[in-house]
Amino acid sequence: MSYKRKDLLGMIDLSKEEINYLLDTAQTFCEINERDVKKVPTLKGRTVINLFFEPSTRTRTSFEIAGKRLSADTVNFSASSSSTTKGETLIDTVQNMEAMSSDVFVVRHAYSGSVKFIAENTDVPVINAGDGLNEHPTQALLDLLTIRQNKGDIKGLEIAIVGDITHSRVARSDIWAMKKLGANVRLFGPPTMLPKHIAPFDCQICKTMEEAVEGADVVMMLRIQRERQGKLLLPSTREYARFFGLTNEKLNFAKKDAIVMHPGPINRGVELMTNIADCNRAVILPQVSNGVAVRMAALYLLGLSKKGGNNEDAS
Amino acid sequence: MKTLLKNCKIVNHDKTIDGNILIDGETIADVNAPADTRADKVIDCEGKYAMPGLIDLHVHLRDPGLEYKEDIISGSKAAVAGGVTSICPMANTKPVNDNSTITKYMIDKGKELGICDIFPIGAMTKKMEGEELTEMGDMAGAGAIGFSDDGKPVCNAEVFRRAAEYASQFDSFVISHAEDKSLAGKGVINDSEVATITGLRGIPAESEEVMVARDILMSKLTGAHVHICHISTKGTLELVRWAKAQGLNVTCEVTPHHFTLNDRELLTYDTNYKMNPPLRTQEDVDAMIDGLVKGDIDCIVTDHAPHHIDEKNVEFDLAMFGITGLQTMLPLSLDLVKNGNISMNDLVRLTSYAPANLIKKGDRGEIAVGKLADIVIVDVDKEYTFDEELNTSKSTNSPFLGKTLKGAALYTIKNGNVVFEFTAK
Repeated sequence: MSYKRKDLLGMIDLSKEEINYLLDTAQTFCEINERDVKKVPTLKGRTVINLFFEPSTRTRTSFEIAGKRLSADTVNFSASSSSTTKGETLIDTVQNMEAMSSDVFVVRHAYSGSVKFIAENTDVPVINAGDGLNEHPTQALLDLLTIRQNKGDIKGLEIAIVGDITHSRVARSDIWAMKKLGANVRLFGPPTMLPKHIAPFDCQICKTMEEAVEGADVVMMLRIQRERQGKLLLPSTREYARFFGLTNEKLNFAKKDAIVMHPGPINRGVELMTNIADCNRAVILPQVSNGVAVRMAALYLLGLSKKGGNNEDAS
Repeated sequence: MKTLLKNCKIVNHDKTIDGNILIDGETIADVNAPADTRADKVIDCEGKYAMPGLIDLHVHLRDPGLEYKEDIISGSKAAVAGGVTSICPMANTKPVNDNSTITKYMIDKGKELGICDIFPIGAMTKKMEGEELTEMGDMAGAGAIGFSDDGKPVCNAEVFRRAAEYASQFDSFVISHAEDKSLAGKGVINDSEVATITGLRGIPAESEEVMVARDILMSKLTGAHVHICHISTKGTLELVRWAKAQGLNVTCEVTPHHFTLNDRELLTYDTNYKMNPPLRTQEDVDAMIDGLVKGDIDCIVTDHAPHHIDEKNVEFDLAMFGITGLQTMLPLSLDLVKNGNISMNDLVRLTSYAPANLIKKGDRGEIAVGKLADIVIVDVDKEYTFDEELNTSKSTNSPFLGKTLKGAALYTIKNGNVVFEFTAK
């Protein structure tokens, strides 16, 4: 098995085998991150550019660390998504970066489909670090890796995803990937945050938090991204916490060994109560650690592919 | 000068006859001329169809002001290459066509080239700001055939009411771009399963339907003629059917893309499928065809909306809405005939006879003695790739570019002159 694609754009296109291969590769990188000297020469001499057209600190830092641990030269390029108003088109920007002999682009963009658009217009391998409401594939991979480490096989697991599904690229990537690996996924959130035409997700839609959490192996709480919405999707964070937030009482409906996940950053007291965020069932920090391993795997597989490198084996 | 079109299947809205058309000067002198009639020019049509030149009630020519996308000259050329001999440009130019000077400019520039008649649609409100009425009488006098703020809905119901009332004074009508912008929000494609899958924001069908309902009621209130632009949803069609059943003075139009393509095309994020109203579901597409079959939709229009490649080769959310259509209207409409949905006579009614009546141009829309010699000779079997060479618009934003189309205008005749001849192989 290997990863033959030029890019990593989304989970929707990947096969179960490709997902598992990415996860297996990521698992081998976890060990490097435990060492005193956290560096391997794999991508020495390669240039990774983090092209961030939307502000991000956490994901960009995670990719930067991942690149550095593989000995790649990582460079950060930040620009506003509306830089076109300044005269340079997105593709011009990307081709400028390509002209500097880049080996991998890690791209985040505020608009759905934009990372695919970039990938179609460059020979450089592209990793999607989040495009609009569409996908955030490395987040899905780190979620899956974390679940796998805690629960073994993903197949047959009961997974609840709670929050703003409509406006969440994390939810989309997770749903596509989890369904492919055979999990049963339930969704819950205020109707203002669920897509009207929800059938393509092929998930159970829950009416209450209790129903969503009942018997779950994994409870994933999404971040309420206040900056992304108007004022019409929820009246107040207070009311959101009451009906859609995860409390101890509600978590009791889940399986005894259920884990709690969150893509971060957490709004304490809104979607997740502090005592849960800090309890031993929460795997939020392991998610972050796994994020580095997953991104190392992605950079490794794509970063060597361009020059025809052999990526059959991750060791 | 006399021209004889020999061996034509002459198609009108009500019947098809075999005959030879004799053109004398600008008008049709005979539709049953003897084959040996003397003429200055003889074209043997070899049994091909002769249709009245198409009349497109809804185009954007971008002139004045946005000539980098299209102008009246290139737009006229695109029209006749598609068999269209009369076009009605919308008012969203720069500056807006909200006064008789600009209306006159458009008509005169069209006449300079003289291959296609330009019948401008004036703005309903000054600068299309939806607040104050334009001088419709003045513009109608200069040649405007209707009034619309197309591209921008008129949000204020009273403004729409008064515009409809006032236009009726001049035997004109208003054309409604029906869209509730607050409900459409930041949407860029149809709100459907495709929006769920792609993460592209959706425009609900109801954002169109709620305004269609309002504007139908404004027709009821005023008695004035309200024409609904580019209908795209099953719900809109049902509302129009209701209005017509009530005997209200309501008409509507549909574009070829809304009866040909559905929103699954957007799964690729191709901006050449981005238009407003957006491509809808297959159920809506089927409804559009049903509306054409049953005669509830009055005419087919292109909503020809040229945009520069730099305005389309960008992030999907930032790409301009709209596609070109003048050169694809005929083949896409002929598909309805090939599929057995409508007859050639229906096609002529939808693309020529009915639009001529709507804009009150009794001198065209039929191939009959005394009518203008606006005729298109159509080869319904001609197969070709619609490529950049054939494309005569300044812009290339068509999802049909590079695709194989069937059916073409072999000759387009305007006022008795051959203004286009299909020469590609």
